[in-house]
Amino acid sequence: MRELTDRALNVAEIEGATYADIRTVRRENQSIVVKNGKVEALSQDENQGFGVRVILNGGWGFASSSLLSLEEVERVTALAVEIARASALVKTKEVDIGPPIVYSDTYSTPVKIDPFQVPLERKIELLLAADAGMRLAEGVAVAKSNLQFVRERKGFASSEGSFIEQEIIESGGGLEATAVGEGDVQKRSYPNSFGRHQGTAGYELIEEMDLVGNAQRVGEEAVALLTAPQCPGMVTILILGATQLALQVHESCGHPIELDRVFGSEASYAGTSFLTTEKLGTFRYGSEIVNITADATIPGGLGTFGYDDEGAPAQRVPIVKDGTFVGYLTSRETAAMLGQESNGCMRADGWNRIPLIRMTNINLEPGKWDFEDLIADTDEGIYMEMNKSWSIDDKRLNFQFGTEIAYQIKKGKLGQLYKNATYTGITPEFWAGCDAICNQKHWNVWGTPNCGKGQPQQVAHVGHGTAPARFRNVQVGVMK
Amino acid sequence: MLGERKMREIAERVLSLSAANQTEVIIMSEDSGLTRFANSYIHQNVAERNVGLRVRAVVGKKIGVASSNDLSQEALERVVERAMTIAKLQPENPDFTSLPSPATVAEIEAFDEATASFSPEDRAKAVGLVCQLALNNGLIASGAFTTGAGELAVANSLGIFAYYSTTTADINTVIMSDDSAGYAAATAWKVGEINTEVVGAEAVEKALQTRNPRELSPGRYPVILEEYAVADMLETLAYLGFGALAVQEGRSFMVDSFGKQIMSDAISIWDDGLDPTGLPMPFDFEGVPRQRVDLIKGGVAEAVVYDSYTAGKEGRASTGHGLPAPNTYGPVPGHIFMAPGEASKEEMLETMERGLWVTRFHYTVPVHPKLAIVTGMTRDGTFLIERGEVAYPIKNLRFTQSYIEALANVELVGRATRLQQSWFGGVRAPALKLAEFEFTGATEF
Repeated sequence: MRELTDRALNVAEIEGATYADIRTVRRENQSIVVKNGKVEALSQDENQGFGVRVILNGGWGFASSSLLSLEEVERVTALAVEIARASALVKTKEVDIGPPIVYSDTYSTPVKIDPFQVPLERKIELLLAADAGMRLAEGVAVAKSNLQFVRERKGFASSEGSFIEQEIIESGGGLEATAVGEGDVQKRSYPNSFGRHQGTAGYELIEEMDLVGNAQRVGEEAVALLTAPQCPGMVTILILGATQLALQVHESCGHPIELDRVFGSEASYAGTSFLTTEKLGTFRYGSEIVNITADATIPGGLGTFGYDDEGAPAQRVPIVKDGTFVGYLTSRETAAMLGQESNGCMRADGWNRIPLIRMTNINLEPGKWDFEDLIADTDEGIYMEMNKSWSIDDKRLNFQFGTEIAYQIKKGKLGQLYKNATYTGITPEFWAGCDAICNQKHWNVWGTPNCGKGQPQQVAHVGHGTAPARFRNVQVGVMK
Repeated sequence: MLGERKMREIAERVLSLSAANQTEVIIMSEDSGLTRFANSYIHQNVAERNVGLRVRAVVGKKIGVASSNDLSQEALERVVERAMTIAKLQPENPDFTSLPSPATVAEIEAFDEATASFSPEDRAKAVGLVCQLALNNGLIASGAFTTGAGELAVANSLGIFAYYSTTTADINTVIMSDDSAGYAAATAWKVGEINTEVVGAEAVEKALQTRNPRELSPGRYPVILEEYAVADMLETLAYLGFGALAVQEGRSFMVDSFGKQIMSDAISIWDDGLDPTGLPMPFDFEGVPRQRVDLIKGGVAEAVVYDSYTAGKEGRASTGHGLPAPNTYGPVPGHIFMAPGEASKEEMLETMERGLWVTRFHYTVPVHPKLAIVTGMTRDGTFLIERGEVAYPIKNLRFTQSYIEALANVELVGRATRLQQSWFGGVRAPALKLAEFEFTGATEF
């Protein structure tokens, strides 16, 4: 690898680039999907290549190729330089990435059981057992389960002298039972929606999930939802389960704190942010019990790594402290615009994509409540869990989310089951109404393996640590 | 670009390496560039050259898939071996019948040399025009301009070999002031058909018109939806319900609706991968020729699209809408058209007593897929219409609305159509005037 990276950096320097870096990436994916007792998909994919990023004449250039040869490295580096020259034709300022960052290091995800060493037969057997469990519930039309494993080996070298090699391993799995009734379709998932829960971990994470032990319950709940009444429309107290809260944090906190969005880099696609820079350090994001942290170092989180794709080390930084907005997710270039140093959030979806600011693990820190006490303390309200639909405006203010399941809370107890539950609000008003967060016992870092951003779109794997929490005065039941 | 001869040679090598009962190989190549701009300057400018190889091995009724983007002999052998091993390890899938057999693929024109050779400098100059237009009007520009060329070859051991090459060009821009935004976009497979100045001017005009937006209470309003919003609706309907697997699993709005009037008789929707006014693609990822499929005809639910797996379950032929294996979501139409009507947008405006003009939607997601109830926001150009005229721009609204019900209440259909890029290909749609649309929330801008 060193020969390839050295060649790229030499060519860039000769061509006049003031900065250059090269990333080599080799990614392996194993995917198994079982549906209604049959292995519906089983694939093993590998993908490799490199990308070269340069600054020349104050403009950015990036080019990439799947062909790992010295000749191709020379061609691609020269193309990156040509592109940077073209970028400089339309600029209003020079790119400034701040002071140099130099690290020489290696990082590997700590795993107990290498998921790629676990026999395929064992994985298939597990999913077939879970599939059968879901279909024990009469009325389940589609039982679907899956396992996903990723191994990414990547190298980073920069003209400033960094040379970093990393191996990231991910394991994920989940169940999804769909029940079909007259004119209605209802779904339940476990342990999370979007098909699965995932983390930077080995096969031990799959074993901890107990997919088989939860399968029948998931099927039964999907069927029960078909005959449940619609969630009523009202303004009430809302308690969100941990996985739905993970999605809430993702959409209403994780995205608006991306500093490239704040500066308009995503304006034409996903949008901008209401958390503009004059709000930093003073804006009341939520109630005083709301503490949110970006933590790329927490073991097992899907957004955990050693170094980002600009060579900045993984960090834990405060985002919201006692309800006040105090920090962004940054890159070298955006941090420099605020007179700061990068907090290590630049990641690329493979060798052929330029790094963007991505969430790491954006965590709502745990509070003091036991879940049972929280329900008992709530006279009237709704409990919602597990995301089903999600939509938020392009400044991340007005949101509307739907959940797979909901229960009425009456006199401190969970009661009537509801289907098609939705709630809506404006981000800071919603978080201002947060008056209770459950404790560490109920807290987990949930993996979100489908975070989209950028053009061409890049999918990032990120995490959110959450425990159930309570919110006052929330509009629920939007769908009639 | 690898070219047809090279792709055929690789495909033959892969097929000869496989000892499976049936084998399919997909080879793709891409050479593309994207110039992204924000705050009226280029902040991201990228190029990519990639290839891909995907092998599906069928052993009895057991199927394994492996892929790589390494085309060395060693990698080809590894991928074939892996697909075979995976297939052998699993139980039989009784629903699988066979990989498809050869059929004649139509000759189409979808490759434009000028687009394939469009340089980073060419894109920068085009983007510079849009940025300058914005700056001239005291506004800021953001957006992306993509050009590229691609090839696809599909071969299988039953004798299929299909190859085509294509180009695409796509520009989209959002022009903004402190309190307003305007959007415009254009897509074609010939870059010469895209006039970036026209695109820029359209977005600039919207950004100027939407200054000082006022609040409006959510509720039911008649709407004029521009082509951008209608394309978003069609794309959502396509993946929710116009594929055979969605019907077979009971999750589609088309279930129990075939032959019934579910939309206004002014609405006809079809999929046609051969139409040169879209982004043509003559065969699917199984090498099956794409057929035109009438999905909705005069408001009546007519048909959905099939791949070989879903077609095999019903003992019928694939319509040529398969996605790359393994595909658990089922076939999806990727070349969607809505029939144009007679009206101009001016006529739509003049005939509206009180309602909303919506340029585009943002972040649309299904709330209830079976009923096609979708929520999303308006964005980049939303206006209140009163007595046939634009009264004033309004702050954006959230809608929660069944798309099927919305399309059952069509008053006018636009005579012009626009092509938009979609997840699976392209969508060509007219503007629509609808009798009502339910807005359920409001935001602060």
